Amino acid sequence: MNRIDIKKRNVDHRKKQFAGPAYKETQYPHRLNFYATPPTADITLEQFEQWAINRLRVLAELEACSFRNKTPAETALHMKPLLDKYLPLDATSSNSSELHLQRQRDHYSHFILRLAFASTEDLRRRFARVETMLFRLRFQTDDSRERAAFVSGLNLDWEPVSDAEKRELAPQLATTIGFGYGKRAQQVLDEDWCKVDWTRVPDLVEARKVYVKAGKAYVPGREQQSMVLNAYTKRLAQALELTARALPRLDEDDRLAPILDHLSKNFVAPDASYTGSGAAIEGAEITARNMDNLSQHFPMCMTHLHRSLRRDAHLKHFGRLQYTLFLKGIGLNLEECLVFWRSGFSKITDDTFNKEYRYNVRHVYGDVGGDSNRRSGGYSPYSCQKILTEHAPGPGDAHGCPYRHFSLENLTTLLRASGVGDRAVLQGVKEDKDSQKFHMACNRVFEHLHKTEMKRAKEEGVMTAAQLETIVHPNEYFKRSYLLKNMDGGKSQKEKGDVKMEG
Amino acid sequence: MPLPNPPAAEPNTGLPSAAQMEEDFAMAAESSSEEEEDIVMAEAGEVQGVVKDTRPAAEPLAVQTVKDEDMGVEIKQETRVEIKQEAKPEVKLEDLFAGMDSDDEDFITVVKEEPIDTKDTSIEILRIYYQRFFPWRYMFQWLNHSPVPTNDFKHREFSLWLHNDAVMRYQSYTTSDLLRKDVLRLMPRRIEIGPVYTADPRDRKTFRNSTAFVPMAKELCFDIDLTDYDDIRTCCDKANICNKCWKFTTMAIKVLDTALRDDFGYNHILWVYSGRRGVHAWVCDKKARALNDHQRKALASYFEVVTGKQGGKRVNIRRPLHPHLSRSIDILKDHFQEDVLETQDPWQTTEKADALLQQIPSLQLREALRKKWESSPGRASVSKWADIDALAQTDASAGLDPKDLLDAKQDIVLEHTYPRLDIAVSQKLNHLLKSPFVIHPGTGRVCVPIDRNDLDGFDPLDVPTLQGLVEEIDAWTETDGATAALAAVEMSEGGGARSSQDVKHMQDWEKTSLKPYIEHFRSFVTALMKDEREATVKREREEDDDVEIKVESIDF
Repeated sequence: MNRIDIKKRNVDHRKKQFAGPAYKETQYPHRLNFYATPPTADITLEQFEQWAINRLRVLAELEACSFRNKTPAETALHMKPLLDKYLPLDATSSNSSELHLQRQRDHYSHFILRLAFASTEDLRRRFARVETMLFRLRFQTDDSRERAAFVSGLNLDWEPVSDAEKRELAPQLATTIGFGYGKRAQQVLDEDWCKVDWTRVPDLVEARKVYVKAGKAYVPGREQQSMVLNAYTKRLAQALELTARALPRLDEDDRLAPILDHLSKNFVAPDASYTGSGAAIEGAEITARNMDNLSQHFPMCMTHLHRSLRRDAHLKHFGRLQYTLFLKGIGLNLEECLVFWRSGFSKITDDTFNKEYRYNVRHVYGDVGGDSNRRSGGYSPYSCQKILTEHAPGPGDAHGCPYRHFSLENLTTLLRASGVGDRAVLQGVKEDKDSQKFHMACNRVFEHLHKTEMKRAKEEGVMTAAQLETIVHPNEYFKRSYLLKNMDGGKSQKEKGDVKMEG
Repeated sequence: MPLPNPPAAEPNTGLPSAAQMEEDFAMAAESSSEEEEDIVMAEAGEVQGVVKDTRPAAEPLAVQTVKDEDMGVEIKQETRVEIKQEAKPEVKLEDLFAGMDSDDEDFITVVKEEPIDTKDTSIEILRIYYQRFFPWRYMFQWLNHSPVPTNDFKHREFSLWLHNDAVMRYQSYTTSDLLRKDVLRLMPRRIEIGPVYTADPRDRKTFRNSTAFVPMAKELCFDIDLTDYDDIRTCCDKANICNKCWKFTTMAIKVLDTALRDDFGYNHILWVYSGRRGVHAWVCDKKARALNDHQRKALASYFEVVTGKQGGKRVNIRRPLHPHLSRSIDILKDHFQEDVLETQDPWQTTEKADALLQQIPSLQLREALRKKWESSPGRASVSKWADIDALAQTDASAGLDPKDLLDAKQDIVLEHTYPRLDIAVSQKLNHLLKSPFVIHPGTGRVCVPIDRNDLDGFDPLDVPTLQGLVEEIDAWTETDGATAALAAVEMSEGGGARSSQDVKHMQDWEKTSLKPYIEHFRSFVTALMKDEREATVKREREEDDDVEIKVESIDF
């Protein structure tokens, strides 16, 4: 019996008012879980936080994999050690003694993160997406027999196709599994067909991959995975919607709310160090005056913004936004940032600046604006994902990702101007751009510009392998670049002269 | 015709200002032009009872407004009373101001342009059409799915295209009568039907969050336009059509209709001639109406076969053929032979023949065919098509897989016969589509429904036109009607008493060539409503046992 049943049951409130709900211990017969029933048993606050953080690590990494355009196989390979470490989930057949605990953790952490990520539309969508990715990963690795048992237990409203019907429709069904002219009846009979309303599988209908008759689509076994995934995503999205509505009534101000708040913040920017002032690099002089100098550590997107600003003494709205957030992310404080923009917009009067631009910069820093804006300290610096996908630049705009939004010619010009003249690198960038792996292009350029330092860092063991992983955030680019170039003060000073910005 | 009550204007007191006087003069001038309209109205009123019905309701409002607007103008009292008498259709003025309030941004029109130029005969004829021929009742039932107004109708968007090229979107009406009244007031040259929204479209601006006002349901629509066939039509092009190329539409309807019924299980499919060069399909089943955008797009793409750029290979489909496609080919085969090869002769010219050769999979066969056709210029397409098979039998095409050739031939058949849809119409829930029975402004033809059981009998050049209908009704005489009615009585077994009533209440459209089309529409609507009602009843029965009362309320 679950909580919902308890609520629905018609109890005499006079008798039952103070009776605690009697929960049954949740059983986990399957490795996979559709997370239909919320957990009810007690766990400690530490468990609450730890389990959630572990799951979050996995999800964040999964998301990073998708940002890097990894193929499903690469992703699976990449995720395996992480999953084993943070979110192990053994098959029922393994007879592991941990089985129940593993599944319990999986169950609880899912629901904790639901609470954490139900608050905004944006978070909900992202959460549903990565959870679906996780589910898909597990679904694919599941033992086929257990998977079948799980699917049949889902009660997805599928109608199996009887043998008689299979035989009757064999010629038609055969065509959808690749046997056309021969009408190979045997294959049709061997296949596991199911019948659903065609509206449940629009994608299969669209591609004419299923036979449709009288409004029913006949789905062969191999396509059923996509249906399970669709069902999962759909139910999760609905559940999140409900959670969001229930959230304000969650009377949990000082115990769970801070934890949840913290969790969701971490998810906004996968790398926690960019959420606030903690991003400042020790010893670096992050001031408006020093920006021209620091801009040598900027990734191309920000380099371009910086140059455009110096050239035009102006940037359009989204350019200002993207750049301001980046500067905020590298540790430029509000006062310095205002100085930076004021001096950057050299052609306008103080009055115009105060009227038209000042407020926006302050808003971004959370200095003004609504309650929630001020409390959360303004916006978070844009990640590559956001820059790549949102607000594609129009004419006159300088924001966006050069690897994605520039033509190849312009990109090459920009790269050459930034000291990337190596043919092999430029060729590599072109290929990355063609295959839409914009991160790879950016990281390629980074590696080229820092190859000596990276070599040294590896040799000396200054930085761990994790610290030299693919960059998926402009601020990470800056931070890493700065640290590498300043491994010891004197040497980097000399190099600064080499790649001096023209502005 | 009820006259306004002169004393009603008496409470008006105050000083007339120059501006107000001017306004009054303007109105007087307008009223004179209105006079002509009146006469027409009066005639119409005599012929038909329906016209009278709406008048009294509109009248008091008109009086009210004129009075309000002229508040304080006493000198002009007499003139004004006159205006009121003459300006019976002055409903316009009042509604005009109401319209200004609600549609400030969607409906951009200059007030001075609003009173329609009554000397324009085409508009007068259109008015007669809307008053006497347009099947308001069945249109209402069609969209409402029940005799009592429901949200299916009340929350439905109508969009009216006025003569000054303004488009009024998001119009909605609580009853069929209000729609009729508004149409007669504005005389749109085109009426489009949009989706049913979650709320009344007129209130759309009052919703703060975007989810409160979203399209909820609409018929699944398809649009076939003969201009899309220009590369394979040899008889006409652009907006022109003839009976030869109309065949393309006929075969498209057959394929779509069969697939929608057999594959998707829809039963209520209304095919409507779009008035010039195409047809629309309205799939009205409840299930089809509830499809979301994603599903609509999927369904439309299911029917998308002729893709690709013009000039290149336009059909790219997987083998083995999907059952839908093999069945479609079965349907289209004969049409291809007769309506395409024989009638259209598509590969007459060398360029077209070359394009055909490009699709032949074997180089040798291609060359052999080219040689043969070059030696006999002007060879008919039928023979060319036969040549492909004939030469494929010879050793000219050694090594050619017969399956490849079959595939290529199937592709060619599909390219020349398979429906070409304007996919945008089908994909979106909130796409507007021209209503049936509207007059096409270019051709004057009525957008009549097409009976799918008599597709070959439908002649797009022979559908009733606006002008024709007016002439028909003028030529119609009582005696004709009486004879027809008598014949009808003899045919049916109805009693004599009822038949005399029938004669009296004979609708105007029944006296014209519009009759079979409206009757077809009526039976379509009746079947739809019946299904709809049964579904409701079934649901009610499942929910509780107290069905009887519900049923009665629906089925009065």
